[in-house]
Amino acid sequence: MGRSESAPSGEPDRPEVPEQRSGEGPYLRVNDLRVRFDTEDGVVRAVDGVSFAVERGRTLGIVGESGSGKSVTSLAVLGLHNAKRASITGEIFVGGRQLVGLPEEEVRRLRGRDMAMIFQDPLSALHPYYTVGRQIAEAYRVHHPKAGKREARQRAVDMLGRVGIPQPARRFDQYPHEFSGGMRQRAMIAMALVNDPDLLIADEPTTALDVTVQAQILDLLADLQAEFHSAIILITHDLGVVSQVADDVLVMYGGRAVEHGSVAQVLRRPQHPYTWGLLSSVPSLRGDADADLVPIPGNPPSLINLPSGCAFHPRCRYAGRNGNRSTTEVPELRPAGEDGHLVACHLPAEERTRLYQEDVAQVGVAR
Amino acid sequence: MMRFLLKRVLLAVSVLFAVSVVSFLMFFALPRDPVTGMCPKNCNAERLERVRTELGLNDPRTEQYANYMKGIFVGRDLGSAQGGKCEAPCLGYSYVNSEAVSDTFARVLPVTLNIVIPAAVLWLALGVGLGMISALRRGSLLDRVSIGLTLTFASLQLYFVGAVLLLIFVYTLKILPTPRYTPLVDNPVEWARGLVLAWVTLALLFSAIYARLSRAQMLETLSEDFVRTARAKGMPKRQVYGRHALRAAITPIVTIAGLDVGGALGGTVITETTFGIQGLGRTAVEAVRQGDLPTIMATVLISALFVVVANVVVDLLYAFIDPRVRLG
Repeated sequence: MGRSESAPSGEPDRPEVPEQRSGEGPYLRVNDLRVRFDTEDGVVRAVDGVSFAVERGRTLGIVGESGSGKSVTSLAVLGLHNAKRASITGEIFVGGRQLVGLPEEEVRRLRGRDMAMIFQDPLSALHPYYTVGRQIAEAYRVHHPKAGKREARQRAVDMLGRVGIPQPARRFDQYPHEFSGGMRQRAMIAMALVNDPDLLIADEPTTALDVTVQAQILDLLADLQAEFHSAIILITHDLGVVSQVADDVLVMYGGRAVEHGSVAQVLRRPQHPYTWGLLSSVPSLRGDADADLVPIPGNPPSLINLPSGCAFHPRCRYAGRNGNRSTTEVPELRPAGEDGHLVACHLPAEERTRLYQEDVAQVGVAR
Repeated sequence: MMRFLLKRVLLAVSVLFAVSVVSFLMFFALPRDPVTGMCPKNCNAERLERVRTELGLNDPRTEQYANYMKGIFVGRDLGSAQGGKCEAPCLGYSYVNSEAVSDTFARVLPVTLNIVIPAAVLWLALGVGLGMISALRRGSLLDRVSIGLTLTFASLQLYFVGAVLLLIFVYTLKILPTPRYTPLVDNPVEWARGLVLAWVTLALLFSAIYARLSRAQMLETLSEDFVRTARAKGMPKRQVYGRHALRAAITPIVTIAGLDVGGALGGTVITETTFGIQGLGRTAVEAVRQGDLPTIMATVLISALFVVVANVVVDLLYAFIDPRVRLG
């Protein structure tokens, strides 16, 4: 959201930041992020060297199964991991400012103001004992200490109205349990946007909602992005959602990025067998209704004891094609032909293209 | 809200009614004769019989019960041997203590209240405070020491801790008088000096339990999604804990505290006995031992009343704390 154009009532109480945020470079840049947790069972490498960037006005979809590291990545960006338990290395630039290693107090000042988050289940993410309005107004007042109660209330009511909640002034005084699921998620979005953040992270924002409401919420996010020009990270396991709203896609597996590119590249010309698997396990409205869905065999890997070499090899039907490379050598993320399309796979590019055409696209389930 | 309250009060009254019936019946089920027990040696059968008739113990039990309840609500005439007219709420006349039960109560009830209320304040502040700090500094030295201490005290017994404290402060250091009750208005210093051991004993044991409970509750709350949301808003830790986490963590503790305080008000038998203070609890135990029906009935009813009232208060507090409970 360009704060230069439309500063709402009272410019937030920001410390002076060098104006590197405006103009050049993506708003969020993550380089070689690694998040490890030391547990009694061993070291959990939840995120193991992930890099990506999101510009203002664009949406990055992060896709993967449970335990692939997508939520851990987003929590790391917001600095919400417990510093005692998680060890975070790498670089996270938000508006030009490196967050890894920054004192907690400084990250806290950015949280909710420059970067905000929408959580998966709005019922449990909202405090059951406080009114929805109060929780939104509170988010505003944290970063606008000079704002009075009335101003914060007005701002919260405006935001509730902006996200499409009817009778926002009346709804302000209601509790989360008095809201429907869709309305709760709208309130959650209002809360995240109340300080005009430049970066919005939505962690499975529609998973807890039914399908018709899902579409409304996604539309709302797209509208708000067009209006406020914010960078959005959308975490999901739903490729349908990604194809609807994302510009770029990052596919994660076992804490690593396995494929990265624009939506068109990753969803239309996917290069990684894991992405193929994800696509083949999703029903398509356009494809053959009788076509069988093909699940990916096996289970997501343990992050304590990741399979050697390519972490996907135990579940990959093409793993044997490279001698023993897939079990001994970790594939690097390399350009896959088109500009900006990256993939981490040992298969040669031509072979991948052929296999995709023969084994996946033919089945008629891919988009 | 009014309907909610009315329902709870009606329920409370029916519980009290049931308690009164059951304790009345249990008294007569006991294989002993209260009159024989209270009579000096030279009693003959004729005299015993006369006393029984006089006390109404020969009347049908339903009639005795009806008379008793009538006494509570409208008062009744107990006859010249039992102090004559007894105003409502008449709790009867104790033929063991030779005084109206209400007079006994006027003496012993303040004692128990003065033991329990300050002790409860102490144990809640200490226990909940320690538990919360422990949870917020999980794994720290303070947390580990607190876990060890609370486990120890939660496993100890009142009479043991009480006796040790007595030995130290009253008999060895001689800095405190033998525990006794002095009304607060008469002499606040003596009031505190006479009861402080009882407070500390109760507080140590109860706060140990409350500290463990609060710690567990707080840890559970800290992992809730809404706490993460509060942090994601950029709220300072102090506000996240004080405003969002504490309120949710404290709710179940309110329930248990209400019931514990209600129960303790009905008599702290062991504490009173350990320190030789005549409160409601000791009075109740003595009444049972001596077959003193009016005193038994009264102590049982009063304790039940405290518990029932505590329950209603907890329900109301709950509705106040948790908006989801309202209009239940």
